[in-house]
Amino acid sequence: MMIQDRKTSPVPCAGGSPSANGLSRRGFLQTVAATGGGLLLSVSLPLRRGAAAPAGTVEFAPSAFVRIGNDGQIVLTMPYVEMGQGTYTSISMLIAEELEVNLAQVRLEPAPPNKKLFGNPFLAGEQATGGSTAMRATWTSMREAGATARTMLVSAAAKRWNVDPASCLARNGEVVHASSGRSVGYGEIAADAALIPMPDSVALKQPKDFRLIGLQAKRLDAPAKVNGTAVFGIDARPPGVKVATLAQSPVFGGRLKSVNATAASAVNGVRQIVQLDDAVAVVADHMGAARKGLAALAIEWNDGPNAKLSTQDIVDDLARAMLGSGEVAQNIGDCDTAMAGAVTRVDATYQLPFLAHATMEPMNCTVHVREDSCEVWIGSQVAERTQAAAARVTGLPLDKVVVHNHLLGGGFGRRLEVDGVTRAVQIARHVQGLVKVVWTREEDIQHDMYRPSWCDRLSAGLDGKGTPIAWTHHFAGSSVIARFLPVAFNKGFDPDSTNGAIDLVYDFANLRVEYSRVEPPGIPTAFWRSVGPSHTVFVVESFVDELAAAVQQDPVVFRRVLLDKAPRAKAVLDLVARKSGWGRQLPPRAGRGVSLQFVFGTYMAQVAEVDVASDGTVRVRRVVCAVDCGTVINPDTVEAQIQGAIMFGVTAALYGEISIKDGRVQQANFDSYRILRMNEAPAVEVHIVSSQEPPGGIGEPGTSAIVPAIGNAIFAATGKRLRKMPIDTNALRQPT
Amino acid sequence: MTFAIKVNGAVHQVDVDGDTPLLWVLRDVLGMTGTKFGCGMALCGACTVHLDGVAARSCITSIDSIADSKITTIEAIGTTSAGARVQQAWLDREVVQCGYCQSGQIMSASALLSSNPTPTDSDIDDAMSGNICRCGTYLRIREAIKHAAQSSSGED
Repeated sequence: MMIQDRKTSPVPCAGGSPSANGLSRRGFLQTVAATGGGLLLSVSLPLRRGAAAPAGTVEFAPSAFVRIGNDGQIVLTMPYVEMGQGTYTSISMLIAEELEVNLAQVRLEPAPPNKKLFGNPFLAGEQATGGSTAMRATWTSMREAGATARTMLVSAAAKRWNVDPASCLARNGEVVHASSGRSVGYGEIAADAALIPMPDSVALKQPKDFRLIGLQAKRLDAPAKVNGTAVFGIDARPPGVKVATLAQSPVFGGRLKSVNATAASAVNGVRQIVQLDDAVAVVADHMGAARKGLAALAIEWNDGPNAKLSTQDIVDDLARAMLGSGEVAQNIGDCDTAMAGAVTRVDATYQLPFLAHATMEPMNCTVHVREDSCEVWIGSQVAERTQAAAARVTGLPLDKVVVHNHLLGGGFGRRLEVDGVTRAVQIARHVQGLVKVVWTREEDIQHDMYRPSWCDRLSAGLDGKGTPIAWTHHFAGSSVIARFLPVAFNKGFDPDSTNGAIDLVYDFANLRVEYSRVEPPGIPTAFWRSVGPSHTVFVVESFVDELAAAVQQDPVVFRRVLLDKAPRAKAVLDLVARKSGWGRQLPPRAGRGVSLQFVFGTYMAQVAEVDVASDGTVRVRRVVCAVDCGTVINPDTVEAQIQGAIMFGVTAALYGEISIKDGRVQQANFDSYRILRMNEAPAVEVHIVSSQEPPGGIGEPGTSAIVPAIGNAIFAATGKRLRKMPIDTNALRQPT
Repeated sequence: MTFAIKVNGAVHQVDVDGDTPLLWVLRDVLGMTGTKFGCGMALCGACTVHLDGVAARSCITSIDSIADSKITTIEAIGTTSAGARVQQAWLDREVVQCGYCQSGQIMSASALLSSNPTPTDSDIDDAMSGNICRCGTYLRIREAIKHAAQSSSGED
């Protein structure tokens, strides 16, 4: 999800005139004395990389805070949440680098909900963590904040000692005057520093002087996650809390008809049965009793208009939409004329299923509704939307809703949604006191908001030398953006759905990409790790492979000649070919497949090696990944994110499918919605290209890149082209 | 009905139905939230604890089946030799991401190492394939188990 355009968003952004004391000319930093002593810096995250600030039009609106206390502790308040991606550590590194402190001196606090203060500039000002945006949004501003604070601390110490600031230096959380041997800790000088006028400009370190950025740093959140003390949303236990679990209408859009709760109410520990229009909840002393009570309920549902809905109906809708034309997302040259002159023409249709997030921490939300206020305990990617959802259900004003945000047991886009908050507050309104609503795994999978299902039609024309001269791509599916962020959905153009289908790395002289928005009846869709590219990159990179095969060229060589205008893409392709041993002989029914992409601001190429057993079972044995994500902040996090994103993608390729029958999701738990396991995990090698470009996103690219690499490897191994995911092992069975 | 269970060396009296899974007794009755709920069907391993040193899925272990067995959870696994080594290896190899499944992973790994100090890759597969990690930390889990196994070679 790369939304770097918020033309119509009213949310305050970077810039502004120096209207307040201490506001720098750069306009995104402000310094004041901290409450309780010390120095407080307010940072307004910039609109986007390199964007000019509209002069004198917007008030200063900070979105992060750095507090240097009298005790020398540095506290960073950030809008980004930790869901495994290492953001807590990496953002702390940016501040610590320029502030000249050790990482251990930085403590990170999640921001309270406040869209005005904590909006993400890459997500149209939404207070959200997603779309691999955190490092891109903070890269310059957080370093400038650190450098500014450092400069002020040095000035304050120099003033106290009556020496030239240039003769002092900052080191390890102290200001040192070497020639006199004096030193003073930041905590001791922070209050003085708050009185120093903020410098108009500060010099940022040269990459060669980095002592944290680019070097491996230990995750700050790790120790609590190995001894059971880390507190996730589901672990919140405010005193007196009851536990509830629920059944929602199994058919999308269905309604509750009747409930016989006699047996459930008799279960030891069950306290209350709550009936809603489309759900029933059992409130109990503990989840064991709640689940037992739920199983004892006799529920009848009115299935409603989607009672007969099936996956095939949805696929048919998508296919029908492609009979006409769609909104043009990108048009280069003249495809029709070029196609008419093609020597070789290739046509294909592709199809992708709905996918569930299946975060390991099932959906949950703890709520206390009082007459005049509401408290919410949760792990959410969107604290402000959580607050708004609770306010909407209770009818309370926003400032009467308090949100306690926690660690997330996996996000992947699921916790960008607040359906679980709405549901929990609906239930809590009927409960005296506190209630923690915990979804069973079955509810979590059957009432997820799904990665959209897609259909694609592609055609390409190639000349006599095998060079592509025309590329057309029309696809249909749900637009998550149109619901989630309507301001970013513009006349059929959707920056997420089309990401990875347009602005290709390849130099195509004639290209036309069309998108048809088709919403599946009743089925909610949402962002899912690698979002739009989870679909587009699979289709584009599989089809490029088809073109190479059609003109009998090597897939790497075929791609390479199309990359003269994309040197960074060419470099990762060359690197992955070299490191993977591309071209080296493999045993029968083993194959290598390549993929190449530029999404989330990051260039990535992958080579997957697969074995296809005679029964059609696919084993992904090894994955080699070359990545250029610009400046690397924590290389170990880059590697970890790519490893994990690849496992996420291998899961999708091998097993990922949510199917609908009679209006119901057919999968329910990890037996029917399988997740890759330890014994199936491929070896992964990550090779990082050294770069001083601004950082790209890293949480998601690995997922979109692996799926086509696997499909292309299966083609190399078997000659079978898979145009539908997940992999159909029957199609790969060896004839006996 | 009241049951007396031994958790991490302490005896607790709990008043629940006999078929109540241990998981909910730990989390909701005793407030020990380090043990996690993932699936409720022993499919994911997030709820793994030790019963007399052997890995068990607490989500399907009914409270009336435990009797005198000693229950060990993530909160106390660091007091065992294998558990402490596994936790340190997890930090040394920077395993965790979201961290939600890691209590269960560590419990499975420490049960493996206490019964088999030098596991092969296939031993690791057998012991660990019941634990799902959605963040995909499997490669580092494997490395960390080997690292923890090596760190024990000087002991015992």
